[in-house]
This record gives sequence, C-alpha cells and structure tokens, in this order.
Amino acid sequence: MNPVVRPVFPFSAIVAQDEMKLAMLASAVDASIGGVLIFGDRGTGKSTAVRGLAALLPPMHAVTGCRYGCDPGNAEALCVECQERAKAEPLKHRLVPVPVVDMPLGVTEDRVVGALDLERALGEGVKAFEPGLLARANRGFLYIDEVNLLEDHLVDLLIDVAASGENVVEREGLSVRHPARFVLIGSGNPEEGELRPQLLDRFGLSVEVKTPTDLQERVEVIKRRDEFERDKGAFVAKWKKHDDGLRKRIVAARKRLADIELPDAVLEAATRLCMHLGTDGLRAELTLIRAARAIAAYEQAGEVGIPHLRRVAPPALRHRLRRDPLDESGSSTRVERAIHEVLGA
Amino acid sequence: MTVESDAALVAALFAVDPAGLGGVVIRSPVQPAREQWLAALRDLLPVGTPVRKLPFNIPDGRLLGGLDLVATLKANRPIAERGVLADANGGVAILTMAERLGPGTAARLCGVIDVGEVQLPREGVTISHPASFGLVALDEGIDADEGVPTALLDRVAFLVDLGGLDIRAIVTPDCEPADIVAARALLPDVRIDTEMLQALCATALGLGAGSPRVSVLAARTARAAAALAGRSAVTEEDAVTAGRLVLAPRATIAPAPPQAAAPEDSPQPPEEPPEAPHEPPQAPLQEPPADPPPDNADAPEDPEPDAPLEIDQQTLEDVLLAATAAAIPPGLLARLRSDAQARAAVASRSGGRVGEFRRAGARGRPAGISAGPPRGAARLNVIETLRAAAPWQRLRGRSAASTRIRISPDDFRVSRHQQRAQTLTIFTVDASGSSALNRLAEAKGAVELLLADCYVRRDQVAVIAFRGKTADVLLPPTRSLVRAKRSLAGLPGGGGTPLASALDAATALARLAQRRGETPTVVLLTDGRANIARDGAAGREPAHADALKAARALAAAHITALFIDTSPRPSELAKAVAVAMRAQYVPLPFANARSLAAMVKAATATPSLQSRA
Repeated sequence: MNPVVRPVFPFSAIVAQDEMKLAMLASAVDASIGGVLIFGDRGTGKSTAVRGLAALLPPMHAVTGCRYGCDPGNAEALCVECQERAKAEPLKHRLVPVPVVDMPLGVTEDRVVGALDLERALGEGVKAFEPGLLARANRGFLYIDEVNLLEDHLVDLLIDVAASGENVVEREGLSVRHPARFVLIGSGNPEEGELRPQLLDRFGLSVEVKTPTDLQERVEVIKRRDEFERDKGAFVAKWKKHDDGLRKRIVAARKRLADIELPDAVLEAATRLCMHLGTDGLRAELTLIRAARAIAAYEQAGEVGIPHLRRVAPPALRHRLRRDPLDESGSSTRVERAIHEVLGA
Repeated sequence: MTVESDAALVAALFAVDPAGLGGVVIRSPVQPAREQWLAALRDLLPVGTPVRKLPFNIPDGRLLGGLDLVATLKANRPIAERGVLADANGGVAILTMAERLGPGTAARLCGVIDVGEVQLPREGVTISHPASFGLVALDEGIDADEGVPTALLDRVAFLVDLGGLDIRAIVTPDCEPADIVAARALLPDVRIDTEMLQALCATALGLGAGSPRVSVLAARTARAAAALAGRSAVTEEDAVTAGRLVLAPRATIAPAPPQAAAPEDSPQPPEEPPEAPHEPPQAPLQEPPADPPPDNADAPEDPEPDAPLEIDQQTLEDVLLAATAAAIPPGLLARLRSDAQARAAVASRSGGRVGEFRRAGARGRPAGISAGPPRGAARLNVIETLRAAAPWQRLRGRSAASTRIRISPDDFRVSRHQQRAQTLTIFTVDASGSSALNRLAEAKGAVELLLADCYVRRDQVAVIAFRGKTADVLLPPTRSLVRAKRSLAGLPGGGGTPLASALDAATALARLAQRRGETPTVVLLTDGRANIARDGAAGREPAHADALKAARALAAAHITALFIDTSPRPSELAKAVAVAMRAQYVPLPFANARSLAAMVKAATATPSLQSRA
C-alpha cells in the first residue's frame, strides 16, 4: 500500500508557520478534532507539512490482509470481512505506516468511493469490489490540495462520509459498506473559490498561512529547501532527532489525553467565547475544547488553561462564524476581538 | 539584453538543470521564434535525453500511467502501462496548448513535479515510477484570462514572452552542447552564499515577486548560471541573471530604491474588501493584498538584519534590485495597476468554479451509450459491453465449458450523460422614486415578456426589488409565471435607491444558484443614482462607493450581468457601476418593453461572450 519510502521534507524543518504546525499537531494527537483546513498563499509549505506530518506519525497496527486497514484493537470499527475473520480465529496484525492519501482534483467518483473491479469483472466474470481512496484513507489522513476547486459531487460525497465514518457503495450492482474514518486535511487558496459551509464545518480547525515577508525567515526557508534538494538523505538524517522528539511527544500526548483536567472556568470561558461570536451549534465548543486539550497534552500540562484556549480559538472558530460574503478578511479579526473581550487582554 | 538573447539564455540554463528549475512557460503564438527556441533546447540537451510531448487534453491513463486495459484483457492479468511523465524522467516534457490545460490535469502535473515521482497505486497494480523532468509549457493564450494554470506557473523558473517578437528574430544560444555537459558536471559543486541568497530574497520581496517557491527557483537559476559560466560559486552577475529571468516577469510592485516610495506604488489600496479576496491567484500577482503593510514594516526592519553584515550586502541588494527592476517588462506594472478587470478575469483562469459549468460526463441524464474505451469521465457500461461481446463468443472460440466471456476492446461501451445547465435570470428592479416615474412600467413589461419566454424554456426567474432602505427578494427563483406576474404587478414605487444592498442581494442569490450548478444572469434595471449606503444611511457619496464595492464583488463571483440604465440620459455614475460589475452596459433613453426583452435574451443566450465584453 505504501510502496516506496522516499525521503520527505521533515516536519520539524519547516520554518515558521506556527499556527499551521500547531493545528496539525493537535489533530495528530486527537483525531476526533476533525481535520485541518489550510488556506493561504501558494508555496507556503502546505503540502510539505502534510507529507511531513505523515512521516512523523508512529506506525499503527492493522489487520493483516484487510483492505481497509482495520484496527484489531477496536472490535466496533471492524469491516464486514474482518468481523467474519474474527469469528474464525484471532485477527493477525502488523505495523503499517499511517496512510496519507492524496485526493487529486480531477479524480472520478468511482476512484474515490470504489467501484466494480473491472479486471476481474471482465477477466474472470466475478463481481468484486475495488476499494477507492476512501478505503485507503481509513484511519489515516485524506489530503485534498485545492479543496475549494473540488467538484460538487465529490464534495457531497466527502461531507457524507466524513460525518458518518462509513462509506456506503451502491452502484453497478454492488452493495458494499466499509469503515472510512479519516482526518480530512484540505488546502487551498481562498481567492480561487469558496468552500461550502457544510464542508467547512467538517474541518475542525482552519488556519491561514501567509507568504513569509520577513527576509531572514525567507532566506532560511530557501536555504533548508536547497539543502534538502541537494542531499535528501543527509538532510532527513540531520533533522531526524527533532522529528523523533516530536513523534515521542505526540505518542505521549495521546496517552495523556484522557487524563487532562478541564476546569469549569475554562469550559465556561470557551462557551462564552462561542456565544459571543454567535457560532452555530455545539461543534464549535466541542472542537475548541478538544483542540485546547490536545495542545495541553502535547505541552505536558496537567490541565487545560486559558492560554491553551486562547491559542486554539482562532483556528477552531474562524471558519464557523456567520459569514458576510463581502467581509472575507474579517473573520480572524472578529475572533481576535472576541478573545480579547471575553478572555481579557 | 534583448528578448531573443534572454530567451536563448533561458534555453541554456534550463538545459543545465531541467528538473531543478522546474520549467519554462513560453507565451507565444505559433511562430518561427518559438520553433527555433524548441530546436535550440533540443540541440543543447545531452544526446539521449528524453523529450516527450504532452497534449493538453491528455487522459490520466497516458499522463500518469494506469491499467493497460487491452493488454490486461489479452493476458487476463493486470498489466500496467507507463505514463508519459514516467517516460520523460530525466528529460523534458513539452506541454502544448498549455492555456487549455484543465485544473485537474494541472493539479496532477504539479503533484508529480513536487514529489518527482508518479504514484498511482491501484488494487492489483502499484505503479510508482521516478519522474523528475523539466516542463516546457507552450502557452498560446492571447487575452489576460487565458494562460497557464497558476499552480503550474509557481513551479517553473522561467516565464518567457515571445509574443512581441519580430518574425525575423533569431533565437540562438551562444553555447554548445559541450558547455551544458560541463555545466551539469559542475552544478552540484556550485555554492551560493547566504549574502547572495539574502539579496535574491530581498529582491523577490521588494518586487512582490511570487512565493518562496519562486525564490528557491531563483537561487537555483543563479547556481545554474554560475555553472554555465564555469564558476563554482555564485557571483553578483549570476544573481542578476536570476533576478532578471525569474523574478522580473513576476514583479507586482514597482521597486522602491528609496524605501519610502513603496506604498503609493502598491497596485491595490488595501482598504477595498471586495477586491481583496479576489486578487488573482496567479503567482506574479499574488502578493498585493498582503504587501503594502509588509513593505512598510520591512522598511524599519531592513537595516537591522543587515547591520551585522558588511556594507557590501546593502549595495549587493541594491544592485540586484536595480538590475531586476530594469528587466521588468515595460508596461507590466502599469497594466497591473490600472487593469482591475483583467485581474478579475485572471482569477477565473484557475477554473473549476463550483458548478457553474457542467461537463457532460459522469453525471447527468443518461443520453445513451457509445462505443469507446472508458477514458476520463466516461464510465464503462458493463452490461452493454457484455451485450456487445455476446454475439461473438462462439466466433472467438469460447467453449461451452469455460465461464469466461471473451471481450475485445471493440466491445467497450461507455455511458454518455447529458446535463443542461439551468439558467436563472435575476431581475433586479429599481423601484425608487427617481426610477418609478418613468421606467418602472417598462421594466415590468419587459420582465413579463421574458417570463413568458422563460416559461417556454423552463428556465427560472427571480425578482429583487429595491427601494427605500432595503432590497427584497420579491420572488425567489421560480418557474411559476403566475406568481412572478403577481409579484410584479404589486410592486410599488418611490423612496431612495439602495443600490449597494440590491447588488448584494443579487450576488447572494446568484451565488446560491451557482452552487446548485445553475448559470445565473443578473439583469439590473436602474438609473444608477445610488443614495442609500449599505448601512441605510442617506448620502450620495458613500452610497455610490458602497455600490461600486458591491458591484466588484458581483464581478468577482463571475456572474454574467446586464446593466440597463433607465435614466433619461446615460449617466457616468451608472456607467462606473456597470464597469465595476463587468456588466454589459445598455443605456436606454427610450426603449419599450419589447426591445428590452430582446436585449436580455441576447445577454442570457451568450453568457460566456458577455462576460468578456
């Protein structure tokens, strides 16, 4: 499934873009936060960060031979095939890297959801299901570059699957359902098109990245990129220590996550913040709290504090405001202002 | 340093490091100079370098590789075919008619360029081939809104415009293939020191030239230039070359040698919210919204990081900036500053707008079956394919015992789908006091005539009326003739002209329609004398300013619009709003309902033409 391990630009070597890194780490610690939307200028390391994050994550256990990479430890989330197998004998499993699946823009619907296996249908006359991208992304990351340019029917599909965690295929005489839980990561340039509010809502966090305008920062970006291109192996080796450190922290944070205290005062502050901004539904609060907790766990704090809240509030809330179509740039400012008013200076 | 000599130099530099430099976009009609350039490049590339052509409409299977259906059927086991990009590994891929490249293909191309490898894992076959190549994109675009997808522009080092070249121009590099071989050997050892990098970055920032990716390409160009000259370190001369060839064509701000001059030169005043979100995504034009503040911010900061370095650093940056600035194509900045329309049009270049145009393909009403391989969006219709194969089974030697059906490529049938874009005509009618007197009756009449026509075509109409302080959706999109007529008949007149609110309402409704996959057209009937601002305050000045903003937002949403000026004499104010909307402007001193209706029909019939008018 993941054939060649080619060197990818190390996550820890990405210069600046702190908010993006924070959001991605938070979603790596707690997948239930629900994905990251990265909006920003071209060439700001969006794809690099996603690919780097994938390389950073610790490998996971998956049922051997399962096409959907089921988790042997989670009986509820097994696919139909694994459930059958589990009845016969204990499931064998092996360590696999966390899948990061690229969803290209022009992808056809049958490639995404899966379809009739053509070769077998024609060659052997067997009606078999050929899993699509959603199946491969199960338990991993689904990365969509230029997500705002995605065709409508694919967006509909994603909205549905991302909410239910299950892909139901009813086509060409096939009737298949399989688990498809993934962290959605989308990136795009807001100038080229907007996202539908429903899809926006599926992303837990949204970050805005900007072209570095600081000269030194930019020089550093280019130096590291150049170094990486010249000798990928050496560069990756050089940063391995940092990447390993990050990985350890993510693993530790996942373990600690359940033990992190959430003081009532913080919960109340989060609610007040959401009310102040007039966000719809409870998803905003939930995401805010989860993200704050993930960051607290990552930073080895014992409980969630107001500073954690303050840091994750902009990415957790900015895409959930009632939107004024003409006031695109304002949402970050509005969140900042609300933080200032509700949480104090 | 003429266009020819620079183009020739680009060919030589590109030949030194095709994959590293990403590629070249040649904007030029088919002409001798372009052919010469391509020939020169081929001559310079070492013998045996693969050069592959990519047609703009190349299907994924050929581009990236995929399952070779024919071979698979023959062998009865999955057989993969290599794509063109894998074949171009280590060489050059030439993309023809690059301005027609679809966003999907562009995105896949960018993906391969980014990772230097084709990866297409499918059940049964896992295709993974190295594919690092340089791209030559031949862009024959003429208008500003035709061009190479912006994502691709960001990944190539050179943008060469041969458009203005004389037919007798000759493009010949002054180096030999042997020089290229030598330069390639030298390239890995060429060093670029921090000062030089910093100077390049400062120049890129100073000119607002592109993303960090472009700065990386500039640095690599400088190294290639040094290698070509036989140097093992980048000198000022090489950096100047890189600035001239890579950064200058992407400049978006006039350079500011004395640092204070920057703000007034920035192409867009930042306080225009409707414009800002729709700044063209194209790499060269990317930075304006963010830039003016950084420019200011940089001014005081700049000396600081520079302070520890010697005074040379400052002079180096100045030299580089000046040299690069000198190479900015004449008129580029003026064009950027003045031509807001072209920019808005450029925004559409990246394509893929949600639902506005629907390609017949995998969706829509079935429109029959056609023979052909399942390529692109076409899906194989298994039943029909089997049906087509069935009569031949005996002939093809299938025995009664075998369960396999013998299928040959000729049997393939694909489903065809057809989808007609629904159109929605949004009438935005000015019912204010100034309009009501003489024009409202005509407007109503025209709308009613159109309604009858829409009824025949089963198109939808919506009516927004604005008067007093607000604009109301009088009639949500409907096909009901009766309801539409009734809503119009009851339309009262009088009050102020809240033009901005009306445009906002029309834009909102039109965007809704776009999301549903319909094609909206806004028909605005007004005298353009806005006197109520968005917030409901009276006053001509703010009202007009708000109306312009709202109009720009409408234009940025790529909504076809028709502005019918109902004032007794064509007014400048109305014209200004129409221009901002990118609408067709029709002054209508004396027209009747019938001629009005004919006009609207013409506009809705040719939306694509209108939007460019």
